[in-house]
Amino acid sequence: MSEAGGEDAQTRGTLDDAMSRRLKAFACTAPLHDLDARKTRLDFADAGIYQMAEIGLKIIDEVTIAMDFDGGSGYEHVVTRATPFVAAQAPDRIGEEHTLVARWVLDNLINVGLQNREFTSTYGTFNARGLYEKRVWSFRLLEQAFNADGDIYLRATDEAINVLVGALDTDVESAQEAAETKLSNLISRGRLTDARLAAEQARWRTVQYAEQLRRKLDATRRDVRTVDWLHEVPDLIEAALTHIEGRYRAEHAILANITATRDDASDPARKRQAAELVDIVKECLRRHVTLQTRLQEAYASFRAEQDRQQFSGEVRKATVDLFGQLLEPVLGLPLQDAARVTGAFFAAGTGVQSRSATRVMDLAYLLLTPTAERDDLGEALPDIELMPVSVPDVFDEFMWEQADELLSVDTIPRRLSGLLAQARSLDPELPHLIALRALHAYGPDLTTAARQGDNRVLVSVGDGTPLTDPEFGGTDLLVAYAPVSLTAAEPAFEIDESARVHAGKAGAERSLTRVEDDATARTGDVSEPHLSLRGGQP
Amino acid sequence: MSVTDDATDAARLVGYGLRPRQLPARDLDYAELVIRYVEDEDFAGLVKAVAEGFEMRVLAVTKPTGIVLAPREESVFALKFDEYAKRSAMTGRSADKVIHGLAHLAIAALAFPRPDDLANDTYVGVVTVEDVDAVIREACRVLEERAKEAEENNDPLDTAPDLERAWRAYARRPSATATKDNRLASNSTRGMVTKAVRFLVEQGFLMQRAKDTTGTYLTAPKYQVQVRELAATAAFRELLDMEVISITPPSGTLHPSALQHEPRTSTAAQDPTDISDTDGFSDSSVAQPRTALTFDTGLLLEETD
Repeated sequence: MSEAGGEDAQTRGTLDDAMSRRLKAFACTAPLHDLDARKTRLDFADAGIYQMAEIGLKIIDEVTIAMDFDGGSGYEHVVTRATPFVAAQAPDRIGEEHTLVARWVLDNLINVGLQNREFTSTYGTFNARGLYEKRVWSFRLLEQAFNADGDIYLRATDEAINVLVGALDTDVESAQEAAETKLSNLISRGRLTDARLAAEQARWRTVQYAEQLRRKLDATRRDVRTVDWLHEVPDLIEAALTHIEGRYRAEHAILANITATRDDASDPARKRQAAELVDIVKECLRRHVTLQTRLQEAYASFRAEQDRQQFSGEVRKATVDLFGQLLEPVLGLPLQDAARVTGAFFAAGTGVQSRSATRVMDLAYLLLTPTAERDDLGEALPDIELMPVSVPDVFDEFMWEQADELLSVDTIPRRLSGLLAQARSLDPELPHLIALRALHAYGPDLTTAARQGDNRVLVSVGDGTPLTDPEFGGTDLLVAYAPVSLTAAEPAFEIDESARVHAGKAGAERSLTRVEDDATARTGDVSEPHLSLRGGQP
Repeated sequence: MSVTDDATDAARLVGYGLRPRQLPARDLDYAELVIRYVEDEDFAGLVKAVAEGFEMRVLAVTKPTGIVLAPREESVFALKFDEYAKRSAMTGRSADKVIHGLAHLAIAALAFPRPDDLANDTYVGVVTVEDVDAVIREACRVLEERAKEAEENNDPLDTAPDLERAWRAYARRPSATATKDNRLASNSTRGMVTKAVRFLVEQGFLMQRAKDTTGTYLTAPKYQVQVRELAATAAFRELLDMEVISITPPSGTLHPSALQHEPRTSTAAQDPTDISDTDGFSDSSVAQPRTALTFDTGLLLEETD
């Protein structure tokens, strides 16, 4: 039983490995998907038209192709190279926008938003005890590095190259073989687009070899003992040489073949494709030659480094081996433990720190010196206390009070002309407010009034009598307070349903009937009131 | 000479030590005081006493180095780490601290690649920012490969970021990132190494060659003393306390079988050979180039004889 359990755990472990690997590979594509997901939110352009993932891949291509032993493309160069591709996606847009889009994509691939420039993804694994736990995996697609001249340039990471080539977790050599076979097949069948892809893949393999060798040589230059020159590097060199030999032969054959295709082709599109392929293959050949030169120099540089590092001087005193006994063990520690060691080294290795203190005399002089005139800067701006902006009331509170008082007519309605005359005697501005309120009262919102719990509402009705006033013209409205009740239990006023619905829509449709008999209020002929400002002119 | 004059002179010598870039070679008065320290035992005692009063130890007083002082933790002249690197993002705080420390450690390691270099008073180390960063990255790569071989999962748990291995934290930090105006960002590893190098120049530990534009720095004799007499041992003691490394007998740990199976234990500080180094890369040492191996063994024999 336990055996079966163990087997199960083992199976799960194996599955788990494959699973994590796949999850990581999957995560590498996330930044590209993310570009398309976020493109609609860009503020500098309506970017929905662009295929951001494609642009992203194009940029990674550009960076990878330009990668060399100790150099690569600068930021601006990549942007320039990618812009035509962006432009092809939206030829109608202006060129400036294309550049902005290319920059945006490149920035996102470098992930400039984060200090670490890292993309992270969380995935779950089963630990040794079979428990599920979450782990953080972080990766980069493009990174910035220094070249020999001190300029910053871009490199594609292994993750990016893997995502790009789409051959995750595959053996370099076999993938190379496959690509090669594919290439010659495709050419013989005349499928040039695919042939171009295969040729590009072959070129990436070469770049990878070069990169591996470069790292090994760099490591050797620093410390020969860190690199395995007995098996690992010779194997690598052997493999790379075989690769070059094979590629050299294959590419020359291919080159002859495509050159023939190019020259024979009558279709201009095909001719162009073939011409491009010729360029790629030539580029591959150039790269192979570079790689081969490096490979030939590799052993010599190993021997030179060994001589330099091993046979110089002899030991005199007992000391700590800084690299082997300090730096390397510390790197292997968890952060919290490592901090103790680096802290101790820092405290003891930084020497004395003398703080500069201010002399009292200096301070006195400083304080006594009159402040220098700063004419060129001008006067310091006073701090202005700013009040929040408010819409000024046309009528002040006092006027509203006066208007309220005037309008507080009882159930007996008053003529507007009377109200206006009275108001004018109080304040020249008041009639305006009165007129507006009367007009407003023509279509009172009864429902709101009832909901607010108002027991009465100002109502005005017109009976066709023309208004005679020096300032206003129109109908001499009847203004009165009417009690409000939506329940029929208190039928002081009976308000027609239409009065609410069509309030103010058409005077003829509304009727307001006073239940009490009141001659002045009975309005048989209710016409649309209108009020116009005459501006003092008769 | 009266007692007061002696005290004044002793304090003046200590005062020279507080001006890190002052050297006896450039100052006649300083040079005379140094000679007096070497020749006059009483005066030496007085200087030590003055330094002691400031909570400092006298590490060395020689003509090439001048007086090398080492403040204790509580001394007013001691530099606190927080003063060195004040600002750092809250998220990477512990990582930042370690990376700054690693930069200092690696500068020393690159300046004195072999124990012999550290011991040899006439040795002058050469350091460039680029190489320091590369040395650490290379060591990280080796550790990463070893971890891969051991099939460890080194991705940190999302609940315990502080348990992340130092090499991983370093490897993850970008080497160079550009700021908006195309300068080197201070939170990249190169930015941090640059800061460390500049600081050491300020402290008179590193010097730039006259008219040098390649960014190559040379070590001052003082730096060698500081690292050898104090810093390396202090850090080494921490490692011993944590039982990360153990002191091995003078006969060394290099046995034919040890090369194959020995877990990562390093030789002691007393053992000056490079074996620890070979040992440190125990996994790759299986396939060490033969020349290097015989060389190491030869050294060991010579030493134990």
